[in-house]
Amino acid sequence: MTSSTAVAEEVGRPCVLTHLDALESEAVHIFREVAGEFERPVILFSGGKDSIVMLHLALKAFAPAPAPFGLLHVDTGHNFPEVLAHRDRVVAEHSLRLQVASVQDYIDRGELRERPDGTRNPLQTAPLTHAIREQRFDAVFGGGRRDEEKARAKERVFSLRDEFSQWDPRRQRPELWNLYNGRHAPGEHVRVFPLSNWTELDVWQYIAREGIGLPEIYFAHEREVFLRGGMWLTAGAWGGPKDDEPVQKRRVRYRTVGDMSCTGAVDSDAVDLDAVIAEISASRLTERGATRADDRLSETSMEDRKREGYF
Amino acid sequence: MTSTTEQTTGTTEQRTADTEQPTGTGDQPTGTAEQPTAAAEQPAAATLLRFATAGSVDDGKSTLVGRLLHDSKSVPADQLEAVEHASRSRGQDAPDLALLTDGLRAEREQGITIDVAYRYFATARRRFILADTPGHVQYTRNMVTGASTAELTVVLVDARNGVVEQTRRHAAVAALLRVPLVVLAVNKMDLVGYAEETFAAIADEFTAYATKLGVPEVAAIPISALRGDNVVEPSSHMDWYGGPTVLEHLETVPVGHETAGCPARFPVQYVIRLQTPEHPDYRGYAGQIAAGSFRVGQEVTVLPSGRTTAVTGIDLLGESVDVARSPQSVTLRLADQLDVSRGDLIAPTASAPAVTQDIEATVCHVADRPLTPGARVLVKHATRTVRAIVKDIVSRVALDDLSPCPAPGSLAANDIGQVVIRTAEPLPVDGYADSRRTGSFLLIDPADGATLTAGMAGHAFAGQAAEEPAKAEDAEGWDF
Repeated sequence: MTSSTAVAEEVGRPCVLTHLDALESEAVHIFREVAGEFERPVILFSGGKDSIVMLHLALKAFAPAPAPFGLLHVDTGHNFPEVLAHRDRVVAEHSLRLQVASVQDYIDRGELRERPDGTRNPLQTAPLTHAIREQRFDAVFGGGRRDEEKARAKERVFSLRDEFSQWDPRRQRPELWNLYNGRHAPGEHVRVFPLSNWTELDVWQYIAREGIGLPEIYFAHEREVFLRGGMWLTAGAWGGPKDDEPVQKRRVRYRTVGDMSCTGAVDSDAVDLDAVIAEISASRLTERGATRADDRLSETSMEDRKREGYF
Repeated sequence: MTSTTEQTTGTTEQRTADTEQPTGTGDQPTGTAEQPTAAAEQPAAATLLRFATAGSVDDGKSTLVGRLLHDSKSVPADQLEAVEHASRSRGQDAPDLALLTDGLRAEREQGITIDVAYRYFATARRRFILADTPGHVQYTRNMVTGASTAELTVVLVDARNGVVEQTRRHAAVAALLRVPLVVLAVNKMDLVGYAEETFAAIADEFTAYATKLGVPEVAAIPISALRGDNVVEPSSHMDWYGGPTVLEHLETVPVGHETAGCPARFPVQYVIRLQTPEHPDYRGYAGQIAAGSFRVGQEVTVLPSGRTTAVTGIDLLGESVDVARSPQSVTLRLADQLDVSRGDLIAPTASAPAVTQDIEATVCHVADRPLTPGARVLVKHATRTVRAIVKDIVSRVALDDLSPCPAPGSLAANDIGQVVIRTAEPLPVDGYADSRRTGSFLLIDPADGATLTAGMAGHAFAGQAAEEPAKAEDAEGWDF
């Protein structure tokens, strides 16, 4: 411990970062901790805005060197083509390694069965956990944010999963200061959420500040959609619309992109980042409440899926 | 010891060079406090305040949190609708705002809060991360967890009961964790006739107690969380109170106290090496500045080796800068090709910390299995993890009356105590009083990796450390 005279220069000069700088610095710290402590980390990457921001942060954290992580996409088979195209563009641009774990393959092999409601989001858990086991990933980055959903509000930044990838909220480790504990037994792994403390608005403001490219479905455009369960779904080969679900052309955008069968569009005129940010600032609905059918299945559907190994 | 109830510490919020244009056009500020003059035309980008709440079961903490979120228009309609639906199905007339923060199945079923939840809300001035800590069973470790990342703690008191054992415990944990700002929210003022004398007596008693513990700043606010008095909207029932509402205070209190008392510290997280035509021989040391600032040209020492070199470059996430400050994540480049790796600490040569293998610390035990002398553990300090042994458990602290119990034999879950740790390798540990980042550590079970204990190097309470030996009772009670 040093004498106080030597430090006079620094004392009393608090550094106040803007909220975006503070969140960025924290996320970069988390990426570097994982790179320093784990053998086989991987980033879950869907081409959606959260995973795009996550990748952007990972690239910044190790610049000018490439990020020491590969990417894993759990593909439901019901993806928006624009998102897949964007995913592949980003992967090529940064010479990244991308693996795809495909729900369709599991269905074709008879290892998973299509659900009656056609929703494939819950089916992602099996390909994800198999990929983790097979590739022996010990740290798996996810773009989950605590503001998304009430079960996620209880999630740790470093979230230990057992050999079955299960999350047990009662057995979580207390997370103190910024001392993340990544210890795990062989077979166990850690899910890591660098965007834990970000909100939807933070993500958009950061995208605007950093000039990050996104799939165009995040911005308002004319689209053929039909109404199901109170949401505007995109017509497509995945199974919609049924005969009694008339297709309309509407000006919409997506707040979140996931499986086409359960991700709804919102009516919107927001064609650029400023307009999107203004729209989200004024919105009285959460992004999941507005547009995700899978979270409406029950009051605890996210918690239940997370317990099974979902991200 | 610093005097209490200062409104500010005299430092102005320093704006970063990066003058980001705020793009948010969201909620207008609900408070009417004056704008900072320089910011009137082009407001500085919003800052971030991390704060924690502390309150026992019936103090109305959930109601306060619910009202903060609700009245600042931070509860989205679909979440509110879900809460209303759940409240109705339980036969409650009004929406139970506590359901906003109880997200897990067991919590909803049993009506208890299991764990710390993090909540996010914003006003035009500031973003908030709220560590919402439950007041139930696993009480102390939850509050320690929430307070470890907080710059401010809101301690709730029921105006009818005044300062009780639980209140003293909350103040003690906030002091122990060196949370720089404490807000005393005297709740349920509506049930004591909005009486100024009641409030003043509680505020005086609490402030005196917190000051004794070394809490530098207490702001006391009379509120009714249920009726919304002085939470977001000023109360019309308490004209005698001239201060800010809770939200106004949260919005305007200066932040950035985190590392004000410590010289510069840089734990090396990761070594970035690159050999490309563009970067023929790049070697940088990546990390987050834990305290103070670094500048190009500065002479630094790398610990534990003790070798000295100079900073030749600072890369701030892709941009080259001359100076960087805590808590920025940067990459340092050094003049000499030293053997520097993850776990090393870079500090200014003029104020480098001593390294030690014997750490005296105050700890909060967070695991269910007890901590005993002789236990083989891992110490995670900054970016380094080393083997260690618990040499001695000197005492256990009773947080209600702060009396130390010498030689308790072991520490159980939620116990706070003074311990001595011997590490297998020397560590550059600062006093927690000087740096919450480089003065803190975890004890980890090497067998299964469980987090056992939260450690804070040095003396327990600011009031007792390095001050004049003061009164006999203090020296006796607190000089561990």
